[in-house]
Amino acid sequence: MSRYARLEPHIPHLRRYARALVRDVEQADDLVQDCLERAMSRWHLWRPTGSLRAWLFTILHNLHVNAIAKQARRGTSLPLDTVPTPAEAPVQHDRTQVSEVVAALDQLAPEQRRVLLLVALEDFTYAEAAAITGVPIGTVMSRLARGREALRQITGQSGASGGLRRVK
Amino acid sequence: MNPAQLDEATLQAFVDGQLDDGERCAVEALLASNPEAAARVRAYRAQTAALHAAFDPVLDEPVPVGWRTPRRRGATYLGQVAAAVVLLLVGGAGGWWANDRLGGPNDGAANFTGEAALAHRVYTKEVRHAVEVAADEEAHLVAWLSKRLDAPLAAPDLTGRGYELVGGRLLPASAGAAAHLMYENEAGDRLTLYIRTNREGGETAFRFEQDGAVSAFYWLDGPLAYAVLAEAERETLLPLARAVYNELSP
Repeated sequence: MSRYARLEPHIPHLRRYARALVRDVEQADDLVQDCLERAMSRWHLWRPTGSLRAWLFTILHNLHVNAIAKQARRGTSLPLDTVPTPAEAPVQHDRTQVSEVVAALDQLAPEQRRVLLLVALEDFTYAEAAAITGVPIGTVMSRLARGREALRQITGQSGASGGLRRVK
Repeated sequence: MNPAQLDEATLQAFVDGQLDDGERCAVEALLASNPEAAARVRAYRAQTAALHAAFDPVLDEPVPVGWRTPRRRGATYLGQVAAAVVLLLVGGAGGWWANDRLGGPNDGAANFTGEAALAHRVYTKEVRHAVEVAADEEAHLVAWLSKRLDAPLAAPDLTGRGYELVGGRLLPASAGAAAHLMYENEAGDRLTLYIRTNREGGETAFRFEQDGAVSAFYWLDGPLAYAVLAEAERETLLPLARAVYNELSP
């Protein structure tokens, strides 16, 4: 079980990411278990020079991409222009804000959500997030910027300043 | 915001703490005169804080003990299997050991035991290449074979009966793929466990067959069909087969 022992320290982080990504506890844990099984069965593909954590997140990422593809685009993301901006800036109660952000996550395009969570929640560098998601670093940056701005729009955090509806 | 002074990537990197000290100070100075960008930074940082507040508790959840071993897929099936632990005898012994009838009309138990016996004869003779994946990678072996058979496998522990796992391999079978696990005792006697998808259905059976020196017990158990084989007398193999059966169908 030495492989499992090496994977074990990463499991809580994989679960946190998966939970934020798919929200449903069972589906998220299924994703992590698939990831662990795949990692164990493809151990020979991991290069000891690389970060085991990044490798595991890469596997999880690919599994999620495949799962989303299978779901036949269950939820399409809302174009920003159709997202209503609240007339008044909401009072920022912590708890409300947390649940608002979490709810707003679901409205992001999956590729924006993944990058945002890898960077903001899992503290990966932009280069690591690029390697994990298999896109250039510039794409990571634009997805991150657009994801964050979309979240801000959806949660109405931009209401106070009154402007900037559109994301670059 | 003047894009020449504060580009989007720098703003993001500022939010994420991925700037060095000099760059950070420069951004802070620019934000002082740019309330719109400053508001965005505050909002983005609040998002990060909200994400941590929402999902950090997951880090403290204990990892389920069951994750140490590959999943038993189709857990609801286990209940049915448990209820069906009745040792049925299947009639119709025609065609046993019919190794030459692969894929024929009687693509059932006859093929199954025939293929199992063939695999036993071929691979127990091997010294250097008896298995594809050795026992020191048991977790990998079991996960791999489970994946390929799309059903939960386990490598029974027979050390109490003097047999150690040597390893296993994936084999082609008329029903797709088969898993082949090999065990060996100190005397060098080898025992194999042959596992294939049970296409006939969920009946549970336990049956003995003998072909020359090779004895075999086999049974059907939910999604899988099992055979335990060794060059041994029926009486010698029976307790080993029962041990395997008990481990796989608790």
